Amino acid sequence: MGKRQAVSKKPFELVVDEQGATVLRVCRAVLGVHDADDAWSDTFLAALQAYPDLPQEANVQAWLVTIAHRKCIDHLRAGSRRALPMDSPPEHASNLGLPGEDHTELLDAVTHLPPKQRQAVAYHYLAGLPYKDIAVMLGGTPEAARRAGADGVKALRSALAGPSALVDGPELAHSLPKGEIR
Amino acid sequence: MTLESSPDHVDVLSLLEPLDAGLEPALASLRARLARDAQLTHTLDVAYRVVDSPVGKLLLAATDRGIVRVAFEVENHAEVLQRLSQTISPRILEAPARLDDAARQLEEYFGGTRTEFDLIVDFRLTRGFRLSVLQHLPRIAYGRTESYAEVALAAGSPHAVRAVGTACATNPLPVILPCHRVVKSDGSFGGYLGGPEAKLALLTLEAAA
Repeated sequence: MGKRQAVSKKPFELVVDEQGATVLRVCRAVLGVHDADDAWSDTFLAALQAYPDLPQEANVQAWLVTIAHRKCIDHLRAGSRRALPMDSPPEHASNLGLPGEDHTELLDAVTHLPPKQRQAVAYHYLAGLPYKDIAVMLGGTPEAARRAGADGVKALRSALAGPSALVDGPELAHSLPKGEIR
Repeated sequence: MTLESSPDHVDVLSLLEPLDAGLEPALASLRARLARDAQLTHTLDVAYRVVDSPVGKLLLAATDRGIVRVAFEVENHAEVLQRLSQTISPRILEAPARLDDAARQLEEYFGGTRTEFDLIVDFRLTRGFRLSVLQHLPRIAYGRTESYAEVALAAGSPHAVRAVGTACATNPLPVILPCHRVVKSDGSFGGYLGGPEAKLALLTLEAAA
């Protein structure tokens, strides 16, 4: 970790070992589980290409998240060009590729956030970037980035707490035999 | 993740845990895809894979010019890769496809059905007299041995016996360039970078065939 060892750059395979999971989480949070795979591939291929020129003292994780950010934006734009809006996925779409897992609520909630909130939450909480760096990536002030992160978390919490509270009423009503309600 | 560990941060991370569903299998296939894409786009400077063998796990590494390195486990594969990163390029990935041919030929060799290797070799990790020594090695026939002095003579410097020893000890492609066939003139084995047992195992294998 010291300066002395930093003289030689580690093999890129180790970078994938150390950062692959974090970058995939970030891509999933920003794009949803489906497009995340393509964004991850684009990110690491671009990173491999540029790796020899990366300054020795650079923060590798921040560098990768910045590349992932740009690749995710490409996918978000391509997504809107294909007229497949991220904000209204067909029901259960985000459950594909996760057989047997019951995580649809969180994943749905994430895809319903505005992109900036998703990005701020992903870069700050999953990648551990400070809001001043996130502000540079998103454009705007650190304060605005911090607010987007906080709003995103708040929205996720209420989305996860909300449905069960809402669902109880109607479901009960449906389960009762028709005649007895009135 | 190390920047902040406030209760809030930990709390949000557990909130986001569902993003981890199926993460490991997804990563495994993404890494295989990265290796393929990197190969196709000529972005991969060093591909490597690890194979099992009777002399322990062997690290095989290849550039786009050919096989460049074979390393025994005792050489420490992580350190070998780190040195390749320094001397060739840090664009290194585990990408087995480029080494399919080498892996198959090694398997045949250890199975006793192959007596010489037909592989394109990248000699960039060696130069000068050491290179002359290494280029002579494949001419020592399977199952035969030569002394360090004989190899020195064949490589064009009859007095450079010690230098032949150094060339063998730093052979970047052991087994494939058969430095194990070089022994002391008194008939004893001499050293081997894979350890004396590995040298004995290879000579025994070749004597049996």
